[in-house]
Amino acid sequence: MANETHMSVSVWRGDAVGSFQPFEVKVEDNQTVLDVVAWIQQYADPTLSYRYACRVGMCGSCAMMVNGTPRWTCRTHVKKVLVDGHMQIAPLRNLPVIKDLATDMDPFFDKWVAAEGVHHPTLTRNDPIEALDPAAEARVESAAGIECINCSVCYAACDTVANNPDFLGPAALQRAWSVYNDSKNADKQAVLDAVSGVGGCHNCHSQGSCAVHCPNALNPMNAIAGLKRETARNFFKRRS
Amino acid sequence: MTLGLYMAQRISALIMAPLVLLHIGVMIYAIQGGLSAAEILGRTKGSILWFAVYGTFVAAVSVHGAIGLRTVLSEWMGLRGGTLNAAAWAIFALLLVLGMLAVHGVTAR
Ligand code: HEM
Ligand code: SF4
Ligand code: SF4
Ligand code: FES
Repeated sequence: MANETHMSVSVWRGDAVGSFQPFEVKVEDNQTVLDVVAWIQQYADPTLSYRYACRVGMCGSCAMMVNGTPRWTCRTHVKKVLVDGHMQIAPLRNLPVIKDLATDMDPFFDKWVAAEGVHHPTLTRNDPIEALDPAAEARVESAAGIECINCSVCYAACDTVANNPDFLGPAALQRAWSVYNDSKNADKQAVLDAVSGVGGCHNCHSQGSCAVHCPNALNPMNAIAGLKRETARNFFKRRS
Repeated sequence: MTLGLYMAQRISALIMAPLVLLHIGVMIYAIQGGLSAAEILGRTKGSILWFAVYGTFVAAVSVHGAIGLRTVLSEWMGLRGGTLNAAAWAIFALLLVLGMLAVHGVTAR
């Protein structure tokens, strides 16, 4: 029963198979979705599994589907998402469910590596530190994606990921674009090759769900457009 | 969708874009003063130019449509690997054969 003082919350229980379990939770003045999940686990059912760490939008571990929308639950106020005193909380989309609200994020992180979102050094530890110009064009492109907290909200929002399990996804490709534009990255070609295969950037349909839902207001779609442009340019260069 | 398929689909789209405009332009021009099969065939029969225009159009559509439907089959019907590529080649061949038959029909003497 939802009323002024209490909300009704449906929480996913199980893994790939399971069902929603209803809970009654007291409405507080300042309350996040994560607060509600924590309250249920502490006071209503200690067997509820979920994941969080920082509670301040830094670590990227608390993302869940709230009323069908992927969100960082530690920074989502209940008042913003409650519909007629009700909300539904489910594990993040597009990832295998371990138990209840905890997903297996391995596929998400494996794709970061597969997209070559790794550092290829230009210098050794014995060289002096290279100065960066924050206003340089490539640096601005690179910096646009560095506030990513690896929360997988964009990955959950992406319909192309849902329909094509090979697709590397918005976050991994955005990281590849940051690395590609980094003047301290020695191997641009390795990045372009990694994002040009079966699951690469060319699968993206540019519908922008990633950019709409990213809690840090990043725009992976833009980064992917950059990768498409550079791979296309490179396609002719390598042939001539 | 790999880089190669992406490039083939975008380049075929680039080829189609001006041909679509030309096609519409000629249609508007041709129907001034009525439309008859004899009039159209009189223009296209034995014309190397119209054969080249519509032949290129058909080739581009076959490439573009086959790659586009390949994406749809993969994302909506879960086709993968060899099955997916076989389906795309079949669509390519079907579009090419039907299209070239039509081009032959209107341009052969
Ligand atoms: C000048 C004309 C055309 C242009 C500029 C054009 C352009 C494009 C582009 C850019 C895409 C990729 C969309 C994406 O990846 O999200 C696409 C997809 C597609 N096109 Fe075309 N196209 C044209 C004509 C055609 C024609 C004549 C056909 C039919 C044979 C066709 C069938 C498709 C299909 C089935 C897709 C797949 C849908 C998708 O990937 O989202 N297109 N087209
Ligand atoms: S723009 Fe591309 S990466 Fe972003 S949600 Fe859409 S398909 Fe996925
Ligand atoms: S791009 Fe945004 S939504 Fe995607 S993982 Fe990074 S912070 Fe999360
Ligand atoms: S708990 Fe760290 S981002 Fe939400």
